[in-house]
Amino acid sequence: MKRLTAITLLLTGALALAGCHGKTAVKGQSASATEVPASATTGGAGGAGTTMTPLNGANGGSLQAVAQAGNAVPREQRTIYFDFDKSEINPQYEPIIAAHAKTLIANPGLRIRLEGNTDDRGSREYNIGLGERRAQAVRRALMLQGVADSQIETVSYGAERPAVEGDNPQAWAMNRRVDMVYLP
Amino acid sequence: MNDTVRSSLLAVCCALGVFAFGARAHAAFVVQITRGQDVAIPIAIVPFAANAGAPAFDVAAVVSHDLGGSGRFKSMHRKDMIDLPHTGSQIVFDDWRRLDADYIVVGSLSRPAPGRVDVSFELYNVLTQQRLLGYQIHTDDAGLRLAAHQISDQVFQSILGIHGAFATRIAYVLVLGKIPHQTFQLVVADADGENPRVVMQSGEPLMSPAWSPDGKQLAYVSFEDKLPSIYVQTLKSGARQLVSATAGVNQAPAWSPHGRRLAVTLSNRSGNLDVFVLDLGTHALTRITHNPGIDTEAQWAPDGDSLYFTSDRDGGPQIFQVSLAPGSRPRRITFQGSYNARPRLSPDGSHLAFVTRVRGDFRIATLDLKGNGGMQVLTHGAFDESPSYAPNGAEIIYATHQRGRGVLALVSTDGRVQQTLVSPEGDVEEPVWGPYGSE
Repeated sequence: MKRLTAITLLLTGALALAGCHGKTAVKGQSASATEVPASATTGGAGGAGTTMTPLNGANGGSLQAVAQAGNAVPREQRTIYFDFDKSEINPQYEPIIAAHAKTLIANPGLRIRLEGNTDDRGSREYNIGLGERRAQAVRRALMLQGVADSQIETVSYGAERPAVEGDNPQAWAMNRRVDMVYLP
Repeated sequence: MNDTVRSSLLAVCCALGVFAFGARAHAAFVVQITRGQDVAIPIAIVPFAANAGAPAFDVAAVVSHDLGGSGRFKSMHRKDMIDLPHTGSQIVFDDWRRLDADYIVVGSLSRPAPGRVDVSFELYNVLTQQRLLGYQIHTDDAGLRLAAHQISDQVFQSILGIHGAFATRIAYVLVLGKIPHQTFQLVVADADGENPRVVMQSGEPLMSPAWSPDGKQLAYVSFEDKLPSIYVQTLKSGARQLVSATAGVNQAPAWSPHGRRLAVTLSNRSGNLDVFVLDLGTHALTRITHNPGIDTEAQWAPDGDSLYFTSDRDGGPQIFQVSLAPGSRPRRITFQGSYNARPRLSPDGSHLAFVTRVRGDFRIATLDLKGNGGMQVLTHGAFDESPSYAPNGAEIIYATHQRGRGVLALVSTDGRVQQTLVSPEGDVEEPVWGPYGSE
């Protein structure tokens, strides 16, 4: 139970970043962005990370609980948004990536699927390539933080799995994303 | 002239009953002509007579819908017809001249034997009173719609000199339901959107259907296992074969001209997409492109010796051609604009249709590969994508948005005729026009 709370704390640290795909919101987030690693450190790096490791092999159920908790957080805490035709991760998402990296490092048996997506304009097959490139950008960012390659799976849905409907810039911005999904 | 067109329809219609999913998909499409020929040719398709025992199927209505829907003809309304002749000898040409009909089609249905139907039709030039066509089609009740499309093809060819493509089929992806609970259907329908049959259904995305050259199979991408795989499905039996499920991306299948190989897009662990050729007989895989950029959506040149594909190796997506001879270097062939993707070849290989971005709008353009190399933007939408040539090369079907919904649209390759096919429900995506004889 304690572990779960720690994970939730890690992820709620990123909660403040909700809606950060909107350009206007960036200013307000820089403050919360500095807070997140701090709370993450108190919650994750100390006891939780080391005590959890041996339990994973013995008790698959707890890993499942961690995965469920990770998938239950609001979408904004498990989604990275991208600019049009771009796959670079904007700096405001670093805290979210750091929070997930800590969760994954603390649970070496835990696996995550990075689902790359695009808006629905243009060529569908080219968009698959773009979505894959975005998923790979997040994969590299997680690995730079120390997550093992074997914990990460990538898939590109291109334009086939939009988060929201609509032929407008707001909808397109919401759909250009990588969703982070913990695997059961 | 051979006065009999032997309809091979029986086999086709029997096949329809045994699709993997035989269910009727949805009601008919509504055709909207958004841009017609400046001078559409006036033609009268007189209701066909049903002789004793013949079915009441309205052949003339289908022919009228085909020809009128093409934008190249103006079909006379029935209420404007003052006479209903069924054979050439019954036509009073002066009457039809006064009604401004340039051409007239008359015909009748009869039942020569139980289960069989003969459809006779004649085409006349009203001004010269010359008989241009006279045929009898032997078919059965289930084959009447295709017989009507064959009549449309004959009339189209006779008057315009262009092989008709009414008696052909299209495949497309239909997305039903609301995010995130969507159903994805792979649908095969007549070229006019009628007779839709769901051949595959999934709760995960289906994409990139591709007709085999003989029209008997479809290759497509399915995410049914959450990850992409390429399947080949035989339409007659519904049998499916998994042909590519490598780690990473398995996308963009394209049949070689003889149907023995598939060009596919695969990725390595770092997510770099490259084009490969998969031999369907030996399962041998040959890597064609070697580039850190996105290389995808390959199409075969008609001679099978080279591929066209999309690559962003120079920055944004552009179209390249690469010979399959070992060591060949890709050659860029689009230079106008910052976004050119999804190449599709015309049946004779003379033109390439693709998606281009014009001031933020995505439209369908063509490139003249044999002549002056000129690029022509054919459409005027903002979300036009997935072009596919009709087997006669005269039209391109593509996907676009209308009031936020995915719909199909058609444009003549000269850009002069445009129409939209609005499905009664769902979003229609990725239309692909089958070859002549497709099942």
